[in-house]
Amino acid sequence: MTPLVQSLGAFVLDQLAYLGRMGLFLVYVVRGIIRPPAKFLAVVKQIHFIGTKSFFVIGFTAAFTGMVLGLQGYYTLSKFGSEGLLGSGVALSLIRELGPVLTALMVTGRAGSAMCAEIGIMRIDDQIDALECMAIDPFAYLITPKLLACLICLPLLTAFCDVVGIYGGYVIGVDLLGVSPGAYLEGVEHSVVWKDVYMGIAKSLCFAVLMIWICTYKGFYAGVDIGNFGPEEVSQATTDAVVLSSVAILAGDYIVTSILL
Amino acid sequence: MSMGHSDLIEVCGLNSYYDSRQVLFDIRFGIPDKRITVIMGVSGCGKTTLLRHLIGLKRTGPGQIMVDGRDLGKFNEEGMRVYRRRIGVLFQSGALFNSMTVAENIAVPLKVHTRLPDETIQIMALIKLNCLGLAEFGAYMPSQLSGGMRKRAGLARALAMDPEILFVDEPSSGLDPITAAGLDLLLLELRETLGMTIIVVTHELESAFRISDRLVVMDRGRILAVGSPDEIRESQDGRVLQFLKREADTVKVNATGYLSRILGNETIRSAR
Repeated sequence: MTPLVQSLGAFVLDQLAYLGRMGLFLVYVVRGIIRPPAKFLAVVKQIHFIGTKSFFVIGFTAAFTGMVLGLQGYYTLSKFGSEGLLGSGVALSLIRELGPVLTALMVTGRAGSAMCAEIGIMRIDDQIDALECMAIDPFAYLITPKLLACLICLPLLTAFCDVVGIYGGYVIGVDLLGVSPGAYLEGVEHSVVWKDVYMGIAKSLCFAVLMIWICTYKGFYAGVDIGNFGPEEVSQATTDAVVLSSVAILAGDYIVTSILL
Repeated sequence: MSMGHSDLIEVCGLNSYYDSRQVLFDIRFGIPDKRITVIMGVSGCGKTTLLRHLIGLKRTGPGQIMVDGRDLGKFNEEGMRVYRRRIGVLFQSGALFNSMTVAENIAVPLKVHTRLPDETIQIMALIKLNCLGLAEFGAYMPSQLSGGMRKRAGLARALAMDPEILFVDEPSSGLDPITAAGLDLLLLELRETLGMTIIVVTHELESAFRISDRLVVMDRGRILAVGSPDEIRESQDGRVLQFLKREADTVKVNATGYLSRILGNETIRSAR
């Protein structure tokens, strides 16, 4: 019995230490906003990496998601003779739910994994230690620009995703299945209110913080828990980062929805 | 041991642990001002861990490191920042940022810590590169440089802020003897011309005796001896003699093994 209690106690303490370190990590990153060095150019560079380079991936994902929503929505609504509500259904699904979630998941897969690997490699190659030895705050220098860039990019990418998705639904619903274009667009216009847009923006901001927090944390402390630094630890950290970020985004989606609904 | 220079850094009874495993045992020695101190020992003896303590990257464990009479372990964030502005560190791998050119790497500390215009920073980076014979490689990416060049570029970055104290981790590892000797000469020149306090961690006997003013010999996490190169060479301490002999034997065994592989055992035997 005693060894079991000891193991359980050690596990709980380890998890508490892990959570504490994660919490402090976020505090240091946020504190980096007001600490030197200047971040304008670094943020612009990260906006290019996170935002511009994700443009086409998000566009394709949104277009096909909107098209599927158009197809499925038409199939369901036609059973009740309510095809005219297709625009409302597609728009609300995208703006309130799918737009922020899909955008965050795609950015995690494309940029979050890359950020984790980049920082992990810097860790195993002593580059983060080198920054500290140059009296440069590695959180402010490396992570904060990524957070700021993601906070700017993710809502914009989400808006882009929503627009492309709605157009995808339009193409299928109106051009292919014969829904009246007026009914589709009117449905979009009348059903979407500011609260829906606000919810989408709030979600994308939360997801931006979650993604950067988890992906950069995993890279920053790659191998630290097991005291071994190597390529294997970086690849493991990258996998963990993507999986944990994705789960956190989905769980966060539920929490934010339940708060804002 | 008095060398006419006071100790800038004093290590007093330092112990260090990785989890529950103790890797340093009651380390005590002084690092004299404006001199080259070499910490020498076989791989895995705790040299790099000791270096990490000296540069403040590892701060746990009983014992003290006194810098100017103040305990490094008790420095707050601001104190550590001030200390690190005084030091430069060359890591074993060079630790250059792969996404930047060599010149940009050297400009990093200048951009962060000074308000100099970009043009001035570029000129200063070029001056550092020129001092280390890398003037024409400023626009290269670190991956385009050889191991020796990366080390020199890392050294240029470590020197960018004209540090008072320079820490160098394994300067000659992975380098050919000529390049390694060139780096040694460079360190001697830094001491002579700039009066820099230099701490070198190495397992290379030849290099250690060539550059050091004070030698610290380590084995299995403990200090075996501290003294000038002559004192260490003439030491009658059995453990030091054994260490020096073992180092020499290791070199001999490695060399013989290598030659056997490329020439065949018969050639080696006939050469003997």
